[in-house]
Amino acid sequence: MSRHTLSVLVENKPGVLARVASLFSRRGFNIDSLAVGPTEHPDVSRMTIAVNVEDLPLEQVTKQLNKLVNVLKVVELDTDASVQRELLLVKVKADLTSRSQVLEVVQLFRAKVVDVAADAVTIEATGTVDKLEAFIRVLEPFGIRELVQSGMVAVGRGARSITDRSLRSVERTA
Amino acid sequence: MERLTGAQAMVRALEELDARVVFGIPGGAILPAYDPLFDSTKVRHILVRHEQGAGHAATGYAQATGRVGVCMATSGPGATNLVTPIADAYMDSVPLVAITGQVPSGAIGTDAFQEADICGITMPITKHNFLVQNAEDIPRTLAEAFHIAATGRPGPVLVDIAKDALQAETTFTWPVEMHLPGYRPAAKPHGKQVREAARLIVDAERPVLYVGGGVLKAHATEELRVLAELTGVPVVTTLMARGAFPDSHPQHLGMPGMHGSVSAVTALQRSDLLVTLGARFDDRVTGKLSSFAPEATVIHADIDPAEISKNRTADVPIVGDVREVIADLIIAIQAEHADGRKGDFTAWWKQCNAWRRTYPLGYDHPDDGTMAPQYVIERLGKVCGPSTVIVAGVGQHQMWASQFVSYEQPHTWINSGGLGTMGFAVPAAMGAKVGRPEALVWAIDGDGCFQMTNQELTTCAVEGIPIKIAIINNGALGMVRQWQTLFYDGRYSHTDLAKGARYIPDFVMLAEAMGCVGLRCENADDVDATIEKAMAINDAPVVVDFVVGKDAMVWPMVAAGTSNDDIKIARETAPDFEYEMGEVSSDE
Repeated sequence: MSRHTLSVLVENKPGVLARVASLFSRRGFNIDSLAVGPTEHPDVSRMTIAVNVEDLPLEQVTKQLNKLVNVLKVVELDTDASVQRELLLVKVKADLTSRSQVLEVVQLFRAKVVDVAADAVTIEATGTVDKLEAFIRVLEPFGIRELVQSGMVAVGRGARSITDRSLRSVERTA
Repeated sequence: MERLTGAQAMVRALEELDARVVFGIPGGAILPAYDPLFDSTKVRHILVRHEQGAGHAATGYAQATGRVGVCMATSGPGATNLVTPIADAYMDSVPLVAITGQVPSGAIGTDAFQEADICGITMPITKHNFLVQNAEDIPRTLAEAFHIAATGRPGPVLVDIAKDALQAETTFTWPVEMHLPGYRPAAKPHGKQVREAARLIVDAERPVLYVGGGVLKAHATEELRVLAELTGVPVVTTLMARGAFPDSHPQHLGMPGMHGSVSAVTALQRSDLLVTLGARFDDRVTGKLSSFAPEATVIHADIDPAEISKNRTADVPIVGDVREVIADLIIAIQAEHADGRKGDFTAWWKQCNAWRRTYPLGYDHPDDGTMAPQYVIERLGKVCGPSTVIVAGVGQHQMWASQFVSYEQPHTWINSGGLGTMGFAVPAAMGAKVGRPEALVWAIDGDGCFQMTNQELTTCAVEGIPIKIAIINNGALGMVRQWQTLFYDGRYSHTDLAKGARYIPDFVMLAEAMGCVGLRCENADDVDATIEKAMAINDAPVVVDFVVGKDAMVWPMVAAGTSNDDIKIARETAPDFEYEMGEVSSDE
């Protein structure tokens, strides 16, 4: 099994997320993470889907995705040739004795404190999956009270865009 | 610009789309659509008795004509009753448009009376579906639905229309501009791949043309005949492709698969090159996948890229309409021949012919004096002739109908292949007859299947659709019983429909009650005369109750999950391939 990142451009219509998600479950694929949001074009949304599969079943699921009428384009992003980020919000126990140590960790990971209470701080961090996992490991001894993570979003490196041509086809027929 | 209601726009769009027949039942949410439908002179609505009947009828219509089949139902239970035929059409790639009423848009999501999320329910069993909440979207959505259903790999599309959208005022213009930026159905066959395929075919020693239902969908049967005769390669036709290549053609080895002929199954197993045309390596064809055709290089042509290498890795994938693929292949092979490269399959044919000669399809007449079901079906095919459209349900009778009727023409065999939907035959035969009124349409059905959907015979009687039904009545769920005989020590758990009682139900009386002519035949000597009597009646549907023995089994058989090498021609009887091989080499 290996980790793959799919960028999926879809029409921004009701039910499209359900179609994509149910296709994965019906064909027996576990989604590690899924993030969806708008793009530079109002009629197009972009999903970033992280899956852990062998190459052959991945090819099959990519073909099945391409068959969905609302799917405009499917691209697999190479980890080395793309920027991949997740967002983490974590609430850590931090009283007078431990707060400075927590803040030191925050500094080391170039994270940011976004809320402070008498016995806890809330931290925002972005990064790759690996970095955030390491960050969480270091914070664990202080006591994690609550944690929430976004799905991963990713974009290819360099000047080329995967959206150019797909967006043109949307505009032409719009 | 013309003002009209969403419902009127719907009917106008159906007329423009040349939807000549709609099978359906009205109800609350779809009611506004039925008012203008009442006045349409171009769209014939056939009032069925159950929505499942509407769906299968639309499928039968589509399979017999190649046109898009249309069915219509109201929201909630009307829509959910369409789920089985939609799933059936999805598995068999049938162009179907299902139109359902939905509760008013303001009530969607409130668990309103007769509300069901039919788009959510049918998401995994439709090629695509739409929820329409604005009247102005109705014509364009229907145009898109018909386009998606009929193009590329065909399939069912559901259009769910909220009641208030049907009632609202809108304007109507035609033609409409479709907006489907993500739908790119067909690619041109790749020339390099086609040439590579041609080269492999002339170089092969043991090639087989493995022909699936896609060849019928693409109307490529004439091209297929040319390709077969040009190359001299043996042909097998899957359950979905029966009729795509004449059974009487000397190059036809029969049907492969779980109940295929020994020659077809074994030719695939021993082949060194599978030329796969519009087929999808279904488990009922391959048996245990890892042991299927172990020495074969695979050429796989299909219009759906997702079918290629899904089950069996293709060495030469060709994405495209199989009619174009075959046409291109013919040219490429002619070029090979012109260069002096021509396949020599003499030894291979000797082998295939030996299998065919030694292990023809056959059956025994039961010792207990009961009628052999295979005999009834065989006679039906012979008496009715090759232009008859045969529609089958699912089970033993379906397999015998695929084995013992000779299919010579395309679109004369209609059945539920992928989903295996019992109850398919009666409504599908109704749809086929509506689509091709000049054709003789016989349903070959089991008594179990028949009891699931026979209510549509009332529709046939009332609407003047004179189909004929041969019930192969063994008083049991025959195929399940066969598995119980073979794999469950003969413990017939809940497969005995009649429990020893004769004539419950009395199919003759049931037929008469539904306005049909009912006949019964219990003796092999009466089979021909009964069929002829049924053939002479053309002003009413005819039901013939053929009472047959219950112990007959479908052979050959490859047990589920086992290798095609373990094919049995009778219980615990395997073909003697070693002996055969010896015989072949001694011939040489």
